[in-house]
Amino acid sequence: MNILRQRIRRAAALFAVAAGVGAALPAAADDAKQQYFPLATFRVGAYASSGIPVWAGTIDYLRYINEVEGGINGVKLFWDECETEWAVEKGVECYERVKGGKNGSPVPIFLPHGDPITKALTEKSVADKIPLVTIAHGRTEAIDGRVFPYSFPAVFTFWSEASSAINFIAERAGGKDKLKGLKIATVYHDSPYGKETQTPLALLAKTYGFEDIQIPVPHPGNDQSAQWARIRQLKPDWVFLRGWGVMTPVAIKTAAKVGFPVDRIIGGVWSGSEEDVRPAGKVGKGYLAITPFPAGADFEILKKIKEHIVDKGKSDLKDLKSFGSVYYNSGVNEAIIAVEAIRTAQKKFGARPINGEEGQWGLENLNLDDARLKEIGAYGLQQPLKLSVRDHEGGGAGKVLQWDGEAWAIVSDGWVKSDRELLLPLIYERAAAYAKEKRITPRPDPTSN
Amino acid sequence: MAFLIETLIGGLLSGVMYALVAIGFVLIYKASGVFNFAQGAMVLCAALTFVTLRDQGLAFWFAALVTLAIMVVLAIAVERVVLRPLMNQSQITLFMATLGLSFVIEGMSQLVMGASVHELDLGIVDTPVEVGPILVSQFDLVAAAAAGILVLALSVFFNVTRIGISLRAIADDPQAALSIGIRLQRLWRIVWGVAGFVALVAGLLWGSRQGVQFSLTFVVLKALPVLIIGGFTSIAGAIVGGLIVGAADALAEIYVGPLLGGSVSTWFVYVLAVAFLLIRPAGLFGERAIERV
Repeated sequence: MNILRQRIRRAAALFAVAAGVGAALPAAADDAKQQYFPLATFRVGAYASSGIPVWAGTIDYLRYINEVEGGINGVKLFWDECETEWAVEKGVECYERVKGGKNGSPVPIFLPHGDPITKALTEKSVADKIPLVTIAHGRTEAIDGRVFPYSFPAVFTFWSEASSAINFIAERAGGKDKLKGLKIATVYHDSPYGKETQTPLALLAKTYGFEDIQIPVPHPGNDQSAQWARIRQLKPDWVFLRGWGVMTPVAIKTAAKVGFPVDRIIGGVWSGSEEDVRPAGKVGKGYLAITPFPAGADFEILKKIKEHIVDKGKSDLKDLKSFGSVYYNSGVNEAIIAVEAIRTAQKKFGARPINGEEGQWGLENLNLDDARLKEIGAYGLQQPLKLSVRDHEGGGAGKVLQWDGEAWAIVSDGWVKSDRELLLPLIYERAAAYAKEKRITPRPDPTSN
Repeated sequence: MAFLIETLIGGLLSGVMYALVAIGFVLIYKASGVFNFAQGAMVLCAALTFVTLRDQGLAFWFAALVTLAIMVVLAIAVERVVLRPLMNQSQITLFMATLGLSFVIEGMSQLVMGASVHELDLGIVDTPVEVGPILVSQFDLVAAAAAGILVLALSVFFNVTRIGISLRAIADDPQAALSIGIRLQRLWRIVWGVAGFVALVAGLLWGSRQGVQFSLTFVVLKALPVLIIGGFTSIAGAIVGGLIVGAADALAEIYVGPLLGGSVSTWFVYVLAVAFLLIRPAGLFGERAIERV
């Protein structure tokens, strides 16, 4: 009996110590000198080939900030990785593991890096007050920060992707009036991600008078004979390809098999990397893709990263031929936005590690205009971006790349803008419906009367 | 009508590709009663090894031979490390062992050879052939021919060679086969080696079709209904099952999918497989188990 009592006392004492440590954490956060920035990576599993260059881009930029710029206003960044294998349950587990911060530093921003993971974390992030930055993935209606205060589908939502692709077709056809009567088929990954563009395309088809054809491809998409037989039957003028993983090279190869011209296929963001088109071989030459992450190593910031990080053997990239690739540059882009949001928050809250609420403020007041982009060296790599409570996307434009058999070349005339003014009312309507369904009271927009 | 025929032909040719993977399952099941879940991982491992060797500058045939040697070494290792210690265990134990093995092979392959996506060019022209109003893929025709040659070679191997006859004896009655001096462990190594060769052929053709990447392991998802329909013990059954699955998959996607407002390809062939299970539990060509009670 005495032993039992002793054990209970010991357990109670341990609990008290643990509770004391927990209570002390906020104070420790104030004392922290470095900013924690956890990374939910996928370096193994089915999508590792996409993830590895992305994280290399992110880590190389963070290293550049630390080593060349001495951190963000003197606050150095530190990070660790949690492997998600791009699986929802592991992504959520990683988020839960890191959300409390580390070494006294809170988490300013979390990059879920995966559409299903993002959707699973939408409500948790609100409860935990940690902003999710989901560039080119996540719910489009999360643009409305009044309803989705901690979701930031920044730069280029799926709706903008679809609209920009249509605007590029219009550019090629000689104007938006020339869209009338065209047949545009969307070959999409049969998943919530793939279906996300159905609504905007229906609206755009109604507005501009083109025929909108939707053809699903089941996961993983390694056999598309039937889908492309339908394409041959329907004879569309253009195909908008919204794939993921193996679906893209198989689509390009199968298109060639049925004689569909490859330069009439425009890949979406996740069908537009070197990893997507290289396996297609020679038949991929001429393939187009729209992306907010233009490929190339000639951007000023990439030259600096090469000089200070890559050439000094400090890069996270194992295969240096991926330097300047679409995925590598996407990682750099994401890191730039995160760093600039932290920098913006520091202007208000002080040069110290910031927390999620402050990170949200930093994001909603982020303004990357051409002048700032030139200062960073990201002009041309990143589009001008101004976020607000009402607009968590900010940009909404992409560049169109064409594969020449070896590398991507930018073929659009600068950034191809989407019809945001046409799409936004519908996006806000959907956000309001979500708020009603979830019984969320939208927060006020400080900029509106 | 031309469109229907074209879809049907495309589906049949895709079915042959699935049959190629299914043959690997059949070989091992036939010889040892083990449902080798690791066959998809073996396809990935073989294709990844081949392209890695090619990237190192090895000539095509030399790379193929070295890959085959590696697959044989893998087969011997599997027999020594996994199967031999589990001999006389239940089938579910052996199945679980191959399930674990698949993760080990996938993980080790990526660890050693990297996770990059590789192009694999077999030099097969892939422009379509026009037969009247119908287009047929040249690549798929070559793949079908390769599958045909493979089936023929395996049939000769099983029916004419001493090893093949021994394998059939083991498949028919392992106890009786052992009692007349057939060396089970040696035959297991041989059959896993042959399955490795089949994985190499399947890996090269699938890898050429979609690039060599992790998702090669997913091709087994369509090989399973092929096995259920064709039977787990018949190579000819794998081919017929493949043709049925390929044709049904393509036709359902075109004609049933739009009616239901989405893709049906992932589940329709499984509905078909379950229907076959209800009518012919051993599949079209599978051997019915008859036991004295």
